[in-house]
Amino acid sequence: MTLLRKLSVWVAYLAALLLLPQLFDSILAISVFNQMAIAIVFALSYNMLLGQGGMLSFGHAVYFGMGGFLAVHALLMLETETAHFSIIWIPLIGGLFGLLAAIFIGSFSTRKAGTVFAMISLGIGELIAASSLIFVDFFGGEAGISGDRTYGPTFFGIDFAQNVEVYYLASGWVFISTVFMYLFIQTPVGRMANAVRDNPVRAEFIGYSARHVRFISFCASGLFAGIAGGLFALNYEFITEENLNAATSGRVLLMAYIGGLGYFIGPIIGAVLLTLMNSLLSNYTELWMLYLGILFLLTVMFLPRGFAGFIMMHQLAWVRGKLRDLVVPYLMTGIPAVIFMLSLIALIELVHAEEASLHIYGLTLDPAAAGTWIALLLIATAALFGTRRSLPQLRAAWDTANHIPDEER
Amino acid sequence: MLDVLIFATLNGVVTGLLLFMLAAGLTLIFSMMGVLNFAHASFYMLGAYCAYSISLYLGFWVGLLVAPLLVGVLGALIERYGLRRVHQSGHVAELVFTFGLAFLIEESIQFFWGRDTKNYQSPDILDFALFTLFGQEFSAYRGFMIAISVGIFIGLYFVLTRTRIGIIIQAAITHPKTVANLGHNVPLIFMGVFGAGTALAGLAGVIAGPVLTTFPGMAVVLGSIVFVIVVIGGLGSLAGAFIASLLIGLLQSYAIASDVGMQDLLNVFGIDFPYDHPLADLWGLTLPQIAPILPFLLLILVLIFRPTGLLGKREE
Repeated sequence: MTLLRKLSVWVAYLAALLLLPQLFDSILAISVFNQMAIAIVFALSYNMLLGQGGMLSFGHAVYFGMGGFLAVHALLMLETETAHFSIIWIPLIGGLFGLLAAIFIGSFSTRKAGTVFAMISLGIGELIAASSLIFVDFFGGEAGISGDRTYGPTFFGIDFAQNVEVYYLASGWVFISTVFMYLFIQTPVGRMANAVRDNPVRAEFIGYSARHVRFISFCASGLFAGIAGGLFALNYEFITEENLNAATSGRVLLMAYIGGLGYFIGPIIGAVLLTLMNSLLSNYTELWMLYLGILFLLTVMFLPRGFAGFIMMHQLAWVRGKLRDLVVPYLMTGIPAVIFMLSLIALIELVHAEEASLHIYGLTLDPAAAGTWIALLLIATAALFGTRRSLPQLRAAWDTANHIPDEER
Repeated sequence: MLDVLIFATLNGVVTGLLLFMLAAGLTLIFSMMGVLNFAHASFYMLGAYCAYSISLYLGFWVGLLVAPLLVGVLGALIERYGLRRVHQSGHVAELVFTFGLAFLIEESIQFFWGRDTKNYQSPDILDFALFTLFGQEFSAYRGFMIAISVGIFIGLYFVLTRTRIGIIIQAAITHPKTVANLGHNVPLIFMGVFGAGTALAGLAGVIAGPVLTTFPGMAVVLGSIVFVIVVIGGLGSLAGAFIASLLIGLLQSYAIASDVGMQDLLNVFGIDFPYDHPLADLWGLTLPQIAPILPFLLLILVLIFRPTGLLGKREE
């Protein structure tokens, strides 16, 4: 039964991956889906490190970028006909190079977890990013290197000139990578990674080398990050220094953390959410990075286990059939909270507005009129007041929904 | 040759002392809370921008006094209402919080001040050559930077070792519970130290802004190097941070001023490579070229061979 249930989750995942471009087939949608596919693999590989293995890395983009650079070099080899293979294997090439880089760097960086590991990863990230501007032959300097994915033999007549064809190829790799990363957790070494994360001393006492366990997780994570890099190279057909620097490393940390570390599905949620924010929100406002920063800080402060953790919080209430009792209190707190945030966003946009009028939520606001500011401030204050007033009720409802009566214990 | 050496040393000392101002606050905060403050360089940038805005209306000297205070108060508030809350979720969450904070501060600065470089000027009164050596001038402003940094170092040393507050702070680092039992408000001390550390970073920003240019990327430029210093010096060791700051400052300054490269090294061994070799980039490397990555190279070597850093305590 449980096996059937687990299988159905995977079938649903595959179906979702394959059906998405049927539902939304605009050029923009396909390009967003491609970004999502790359982000999902990358974020999952990061979670392997931090969520499963307890290694906080500030240089994970190194493996992503290295994989990507080698993948573009492979594309160039196809172009000059020094090699002959179908481009469906490009992500694997990226992955293998990511693995190679991880084996080399992991051999000394996984000796310790915690701050030492974080600092080494930061140092290596900066080192590689700086070197990429020095070694122009391999990295192409600031302009990066570019290839063309239409060379090489076709795959059953598909030449991958269209973005949607690349999407189906990418979704195949995403599915395979997700399955293998999930299976990795189920293996003894995946379980030991959790043990080493929680208590390395105990893990050593039962006969495992914490360093060895960390090393294996690190290498596996490098492999999948490289696959993501290969997918990136296939999708964009170019790669630059920007793809292996600290900003990219930071973005993957953001994704995994907002989604929820420690839950397998967390990074997937985070990757989807951030890609959507990145591509859709940036159409509406140039301040989206500011909102992203605020969202990130609020997540760390109030949802330390991310969105996945927030969903999982309701498991007990769900099992006990008490979820219905939470709907009204949630609405009572949620509606004023959303109004508060929306009015705050309007205020921020007003401060930033340079033109005579600001179009937001279908309204036209005048930044010069004092009345606009006063009205928005009043709404924000009232909404904040409403949120704070309704919080105790929500807390009480939460406690009753999760309270297990003594006779059931 | 001698003139290059002397000026490289002077510039290295200026950079090193500036780095120390940042590293001092970071080290204090680390030894107290056990968390590396990723946003530390962002407070430095905030200091520069605040001082720039103040200097437009009230002049440089008011900015020098007020901007660090503003930054320090902001830092204390962030500790009180942000970091303290996150503290319950563990060290990784704290580190990630400060990481997000750095991101948010950079975005906020772009929001309030825009993306362009600000024309933040050093005061006219310091706009003369302090001395001229081998035909090169050493500006008075750089001398002023050295004076401020040394003053801060002496002041910090005095406060931490010779005053009652300093002794309580030192005790709170090693024995927070005992200090609390003696009736001191330890969370308040934490907040104060965080505020003071960020204020120091802000002060560094105020005096560095006119020299190193005030732009939204200035935190990124210095941020990771300050980390390198704190780790090389030994986490939590103020003296180690001082030595490492000067070391890194001088190392970078000498590397930039030198004109040796791989080619010279190979010539010593009598090896010669053609210029169209695939690894030509490697043979053509020069020391000034790799100056930006030297600190990181040093960091990795230190972490591999001496993870406690130069003056860090023995690891448990």
